[in-house]
Amino acid sequence: MRHPELYALHIAHIDCDAFYAAVEKRDNPELKDKPVIIGGGKRGVVSTACYIARINGVRSAMPMFKALEACPQAVVISPNMEKYVRVGREVRSMMQALTPLVEPISIDEAFLDLAGTERLHGLPPALVLARFAQSVEKEIGITVSAGLSYCKFLAKVASDFRKPRGFSIIGEAEAVTFLAEQPVTLIWGVGKAFAATLESDGIRTIGQIQRMERGDLMRRYGTMGDRLYRLSRGQDTRRVEPDHDAKSVSAETTFDTDLASSADLVPILRALSEKVSTRLKKSGIAGRTVVLKLKTQDFKIRTRNRQLGDPTQLADRIFQTGMQLLAKETDGTKYRLLGIGVSDLTGVEKADPPDLIDVQSRKRALAEGAMDALRDKFGKTAVETGYTFGKGRNAHPREDVED
Amino acid sequence: MRVILERSNLLKSLNHVHRVVERRNTIPILSNVLLSADGASLEMKATDLDLEVTEATAAKVEQAGATTVPAHLLYDIVRKLPDGAEVMLKTDEDGNAMSVISGRSSFRLQCLPQSDFPELSAGSFSHIFRLESAAMKGLIEKTQFAISTEETRYYLNGIYFHAIESGGKLKLRSVATDGHRLARAEMDAPAGSEGMPGIIIPRKTVSELQKLVDDPDVAVTTELSDTKIRFTIGSVVLTSKLIDGTFPDYQRVIPTGNDKKLVIDRESFARAVDRVSTISSERGRAVKLSISEGQVTLAVNNPDSGSATEELAADYSSDPIEIGFNAKYLLDVAAQLSGSEARFMLADAGSPTLIHDMSDEDALYVLMPMRV
Repeated sequence: MRHPELYALHIAHIDCDAFYAAVEKRDNPELKDKPVIIGGGKRGVVSTACYIARINGVRSAMPMFKALEACPQAVVISPNMEKYVRVGREVRSMMQALTPLVEPISIDEAFLDLAGTERLHGLPPALVLARFAQSVEKEIGITVSAGLSYCKFLAKVASDFRKPRGFSIIGEAEAVTFLAEQPVTLIWGVGKAFAATLESDGIRTIGQIQRMERGDLMRRYGTMGDRLYRLSRGQDTRRVEPDHDAKSVSAETTFDTDLASSADLVPILRALSEKVSTRLKKSGIAGRTVVLKLKTQDFKIRTRNRQLGDPTQLADRIFQTGMQLLAKETDGTKYRLLGIGVSDLTGVEKADPPDLIDVQSRKRALAEGAMDALRDKFGKTAVETGYTFGKGRNAHPREDVED
Repeated sequence: MRVILERSNLLKSLNHVHRVVERRNTIPILSNVLLSADGASLEMKATDLDLEVTEATAAKVEQAGATTVPAHLLYDIVRKLPDGAEVMLKTDEDGNAMSVISGRSSFRLQCLPQSDFPELSAGSFSHIFRLESAAMKGLIEKTQFAISTEETRYYLNGIYFHAIESGGKLKLRSVATDGHRLARAEMDAPAGSEGMPGIIIPRKTVSELQKLVDDPDVAVTTELSDTKIRFTIGSVVLTSKLIDGTFPDYQRVIPTGNDKKLVIDRESFARAVDRVSTISSERGRAVKLSISEGQVTLAVNNPDSGSATEELAADYSSDPIEIGFNAKYLLDVAAQLSGSEARFMLADAGSPTLIHDMSDEDALYVLMPMRV
């Protein structure tokens, strides 16, 4: 390994390669040479595709039917989130053995700041990373890609650069020249829509942005213009923050067929509310704002919020509030996705205080506690409310997957 | 329209009227105040479609007419004019603009046609009664603080007014609750309120009304139906929609069997609560009351900053009890009590506590304890 700044760079980005698929392949060696797609349902989307499937044109977030058109021989596996979370945690604890400054981005991806760890490891960050990648492969059985740079933006760019099993380094001296030839979509925050806006202004490469004035960019694109200005010049001062607390807890599901009636939507809302509640209870947190999310047939997203008097972690309160929000949206519009969640997270101390007026809520809270205890002992479907009982697949969504 | 009037009269009326106008409006006409000059007065009217305030003031009308102009803008202009000035309001011939002229200052405001101004049709009222404004003020102020802001329970977003028989007498009662505390105030029912429906007056209407009843010398005439209410206070008329919902059976919430009686000096209690709650960094932290024979110890414990305790002498002779309350709720209640002593009736650490004024049986408060 040779690089002029090898010993100076310390911000790393580590990303597991086709994580869910890799875990499934590890656990079932028969899948090793087959295209594997992780995703759910007839109408679900591809959550992860292994590299063999990717060669055949399968991409993340692609609708499953399209993926199967592109790669009919693919083995489709529905996601086992609990397993992935477990493996993800194993990888994370290996990262935390390298440095306390680990900022998880998702289950299989994190930024690390390795500054000042040479004495501890007896090696510069670059070699620590290379060794880390080897040991993940040996001990956990999946591969990772790593990037090393002087800032978060370029560390992430570097880890994406030679995926899978890649390791790239981008130094400060070469950053501007390197970026000049790259497409604008490389910049964090430039998605399809914004890229189209830039395209219509004739901007395709980061090099073009590098030649523009900051004021001009800000006049054209607002705050995003400032970001374009800085990132195109490789300036990124964001630090690696190990305690990125969750800002919200939510669950959502895409239906097999579009749904419009509250008779169809309510059971799903109930199931998702229970899922959110379970996560809140597990993490010992509560949320004060209930957020309902709907995606219409034509892919328009509607979100509706309502603030509660007190934070809650009860499925019942999340569900009841969600119902009120949903009632206004069941106007005949067909939806393909429903989600519910809470934000404004707090600790549990002030959650769900006893209420003077609503004596029923206390009874329902006690009933919910009893249901939780039964489920812990006998499994998730041991006891159900009438809202979801016998309501089929939609009311019993699988763990949701985000890649 | 051309009209001349005293700046102070115009300002006083605009002050009452313009507050109804929301700062941000999607419907442009709702940002405006309707001005109508006729006879010897200028009438001003503003609405948010739920609530409408009208006030007339004496004016020299040189040319009768009506128009609408942005309410906050007009108010701000008149407010900045010098004291004692005369103001002329004059519309252009085409009615597209109105001039505000006073001394050497002159403003031109864009108008919207008065025919676009919405009317809050009140319908007919089934009940009418008169109250001294101090009495109305009491019913409002003793309960207003407990109004809920939670949208989910919209039927708690106001004060519940109703006539009820209590102790052999007909009472007019106001009740508000947010599920954590409940406030109830009552007075002898005025003639005309018998048989009135139970109504929920929305929070915004309550707070406008509260500002209008500050003058103790005027009477408040209340007219109501089961969907609308109208208050006439001097030259101001406030008409409002009512909350379309059912107020919960609050009687059930008021404990009757609490047997532990604590009597405490109100002011020293309020000050002690205020002092110890300084230590809690966030709103809504609990104050723990440890009550034993002849004494109460208040304690706040905040793991982030420290702790505080204060001891107070009290009249108490039941079994010792420890109970926690939201500090802010205790302060709110203490602020409403008027006598020198407050009486707490307690059951246990998990049950609602009843708080009374020793001297005033017309108001009572219920507080739900917090876990401590």
